[in-house]
Amino acid sequence: MTEPTGPLIELRDVKVHFPIKSGLLFDRTVGYVYAVDGVSLSIRKGETYGLVGESGCGKSTLGRGLLRLVEPTDGEIIFDGTDVRALKGEAMRHARRRMQMIFQDPLSSLDPRQSVESLLVEGLKAHGLAGDKAETNRRLRETLEAVGLPASALSKYPHEFSGGQRQRIGIARALVLNPDLIVADEPVSALDVSIQAQVLNLLEDLQNERGLTYLIIAHDLAVVRHIADTVGVMYLGGLVEEASSDDLYREPMHPYTRALMSAVPVPDPLVEDRRERILLAGDLPSPTNPPSGCRFHTRCPWAQPTRCADERPELRDVVGGHRVACHFAEDIAAGRIRPHKVEVELVRPVDGTGPVDPPGELIPTP
Amino acid sequence: MSLLDVRDLSVVFQRRGERPFTAVDKVSFTVEPGQTVGLVGESGCGKSVTSLAIMGLLPKRGNKVTGEVLFEGTDLLKLRPDDMRDRRGREISMIFQDPLSSLNPVIPIGIQVAEVLERHQGRDRKQALRESRELLDAVGIPDPQRRLSEYPHQISGGMRQRALIAIALACKPRLLIADEPTTALDVTIQAQILTLLKQLVDETGTALVMITHDLGVVAGLCDTVNVLYGGKVVERARRHELFAHARHPYTHGLLNSVPRLDSPRGERLHAIRGSVSDNIPWAEGCAFAPRCDNVVDACLEGPPPLEPTATGGDLRCNNPVSEEVAVR
Repeated sequence: MTEPTGPLIELRDVKVHFPIKSGLLFDRTVGYVYAVDGVSLSIRKGETYGLVGESGCGKSTLGRGLLRLVEPTDGEIIFDGTDVRALKGEAMRHARRRMQMIFQDPLSSLDPRQSVESLLVEGLKAHGLAGDKAETNRRLRETLEAVGLPASALSKYPHEFSGGQRQRIGIARALVLNPDLIVADEPVSALDVSIQAQVLNLLEDLQNERGLTYLIIAHDLAVVRHIADTVGVMYLGGLVEEASSDDLYREPMHPYTRALMSAVPVPDPLVEDRRERILLAGDLPSPTNPPSGCRFHTRCPWAQPTRCADERPELRDVVGGHRVACHFAEDIAAGRIRPHKVEVELVRPVDGTGPVDPPGELIPTP
Repeated sequence: MSLLDVRDLSVVFQRRGERPFTAVDKVSFTVEPGQTVGLVGESGCGKSVTSLAIMGLLPKRGNKVTGEVLFEGTDLLKLRPDDMRDRRGREISMIFQDPLSSLNPVIPIGIQVAEVLERHQGRDRKQALRESRELLDAVGIPDPQRRLSEYPHQISGGMRQRALIAIALACKPRLLIADEPTTALDVTIQAQILTLLKQLVDETGTALVMITHDLGVVAGLCDTVNVLYGGKVVERARRHELFAHARHPYTHGLLNSVPRLDSPRGERLHAIRGSVSDNIPWAEGCAFAPRCDNVVDACLEGPPPLEPTATGGDLRCNNPVSEEVAVR
């Protein structure tokens, strides 16, 4: 929550498509997984941007694409004025110092055979920052202190720590390079609830001390709401809604966001007993063969004939910076369109190629 | 008489040459017919081991189970393996967390459902398959006829969990144990499955033991909640009572450390300090004492007893959070 300044990173129409190969001798591309399909967003310096969505919506791929850990197919990624996608070799490697990542599972993202010291020094060496031994040592200790680990941790190995402490090592590894942007992919979802709060508080403290910019990717809406200033909701490769955290949770405007929020259980029986749920029919359609028009129209209780199926809605500013990708956002908000029951549409794979699509499910509405 | 009466259930794991580890430490709770009871706690609190011990699914070696598990008056722990097998799936059944690893990948869904009916109700394959189709239909699987011949990998995660529920409910058991049934699922699918479970439990009168780490799931579903810490029940209360006035510092801390969708934003989370590895053994005091804000000298002198509270619950604490302090 720092003063708003210019964007640190800006994505323009970023696409990440994975080819599906088939064939015995010669790999033939038989289709694409449209993991991220045209996402534009910008993150201001010092801001926390939260990206939420369910599994398979492309949120992790977007985070990786942003750091070019997977190569985007199309679009521009402007980091502090330079197009990251145009950088090559050495230049890209140098740029990476300023953008670091924290992974979901700290046990599998830390090499079990490397001591904490070796894990932290590796990044420094790669960027030529480990010249002076005393200076390096001081830097390591400082970083460990910042994430709340004792200096004695340096000589230990990842398996000697608890889950929460391991995640702290993951954070320290990103932090030691003194980055500007940290992409955190599900930073707390592998942790117990009592530990989640510790790590979330740590992330906030570090931001306040060092003016970091975060992109937090998570499926837990409550976590994202707590930590993020701006929240983007993804569905099937596209951003369907983006607003400041307060606006989004006060008045979600996209039907998908509404359904998502009504599905989150709240630890309060008084709320649970009263609330109305918008139960979505079926599962996420396959990203190899996304629905025409609005990606969500096959499951949307507010879908209107033909337009939703024909025309893909643009992410447009509806009220004061609240961006929604829905043709009928205003009508739904004003109650002019009533929700209806959604019949389940069985999705068949296209002419036998590609993986089998999970067909939709019918919910018996009580 | 209660449907299920668990009395002083303990599970001790011991491997040769190693110190024994008490995963479940004298846990007692009851389940009335048609009731939904929650067992809540974080990883390592013994909630899953409790359910496996009730079902008799713990490995034969390396552990010692003591206490009583009375199901309609019969002690399940004393049953011969054959008799237990007759009851499992017919009178008590269980749903596991990960539907993909609890279904057999090389057998079609239909056969896996039919198998239960053949084993317990003596149906022939044809009749069992016909009933399986109805069961799949009842749990909301579209096009059930076609699903009968499909394999687990061909259907989605949510549908696999539905198939597992169909298997568990095939013989209309009187007790269903659900061990983290929605943890592997997305929130929208979780909402579908919880709604389905609630509806089936209401319709069939099956009692449900819900094991979860998610307080939100408990809030919407359970009548009574047991909070476990370090293998012991530390607090037991009716649902509304627990969420309004959590007395045990652990429960209180847990409720305060979860970010909520409906709470004011920008507040710092009240984290519980330390981690489970800081626990002290119950024999020496309260296991939670090293992480507790309310710790007093008595906490380190011996294990506090589980005592009834004025509101009809039970509490294991020397210095509980005062009743006036509401959560949030």
